[in-house]
Amino acid sequence: MSVNNVWLAIVIMALITLLTRAFPFIFFHGRKPPDLILFIGKHIPPVVITILVIYCLKDVKLTQAPYGLCEILSVLAVVLLHLWRRNPFLSIFGATVFYMFLLQASPLSCLFN
Amino acid sequence: MSKHTFDFHTLRAAFSATIPVLFGYLAIGLAFGLLLQNAGYPWVFALIMSVFIYAGAAQYLAVGLFANNAGLLEIATITFLVNFRHMIYGLSLFRKFALTNKFKPYMIFSLTDETYALLTSVTPSPEVKEAQYYFYIALLNHSYWIIGSVLGAVAAQFVTFNTQGLDFALTALFVVLLMEQYTNSANKLVFVIGGVCAFAPLILLGKENMLLYAVILAIAALITLKKRIRENECK
Repeated sequence: MSVNNVWLAIVIMALITLLTRAFPFIFFHGRKPPDLILFIGKHIPPVVITILVIYCLKDVKLTQAPYGLCEILSVLAVVLLHLWRRNPFLSIFGATVFYMFLLQASPLSCLFN
Repeated sequence: MSKHTFDFHTLRAAFSATIPVLFGYLAIGLAFGLLLQNAGYPWVFALIMSVFIYAGAAQYLAVGLFANNAGLLEIATITFLVNFRHMIYGLSLFRKFALTNKFKPYMIFSLTDETYALLTSVTPSPEVKEAQYYFYIALLNHSYWIIGSVLGAVAAQFVTFNTQGLDFALTALFVVLLMEQYTNSANKLVFVIGGVCAFAPLILLGKENMLLYAVILAIAALITLKKRIRENECK
């Protein structure tokens, strides 16, 4: 794509992204949103976060060695670390290092050879 | 006036809340910058995109679209589809954003998945200034994203570092936030709804546009189960 078109594409992308984020604030500007909307707003965060967790894991290949074991063990590591210390930094950092080790040094490969 | 004067303690509290996002955004920002640079676009584009678009998934997809000479209408459609979920994020934040006064437009602009997840999960401690706290969270997250993507684009020319797996930081962040929400939530049914709404399109329709379908399903499920959720809450 030519550089001029890339600039244009960036402007379009920025505007559309902003509009999606601003939508509820524009739509309900100056009036109280209906109860149903407030109800959705109140209850949707945990729903969305659950969806995002699954979304992050959507590319895991369960039918191929190591059968998603790296991801399963690493998610388990986050959960255990977090139950243990309740320190988000430790949970996230520790599990990420663990996951990188599993992927890059592939210690699990001996299980499937 | 005092509401908007700089408060170091509040900044520090916001910083510690955003540390997971720091790692996550540096990681996926780096990967984005690297991709864009390798596709043949100078680092300035990474900077501009991360400052003004600030949407991870859309920016990743854009690299491929630019490289394949996609039409502007296609780019517009894809951006809308990947970011459709943002249309409901604001619904949970009317009160918190109203507090931020003149920063409200920026809060709206910078409402990414991670910022949304943090802003809906955190409860500021009594000694921090609430509005500033939210603003700093948004601003810090944005700066991590910009720094990550520019570093990635610049570094792509000089060094190689094996970042494989570094983006797990974001998965881990969402898992942690999920656990926090689960502990703090009186209502566990919503987590089941989230799980079903995510798996259904994934299994039935595949990975493409999964987020879009999941969010639409989630809204429908919340409306349908409104009574059940309210009863659940009262217990």
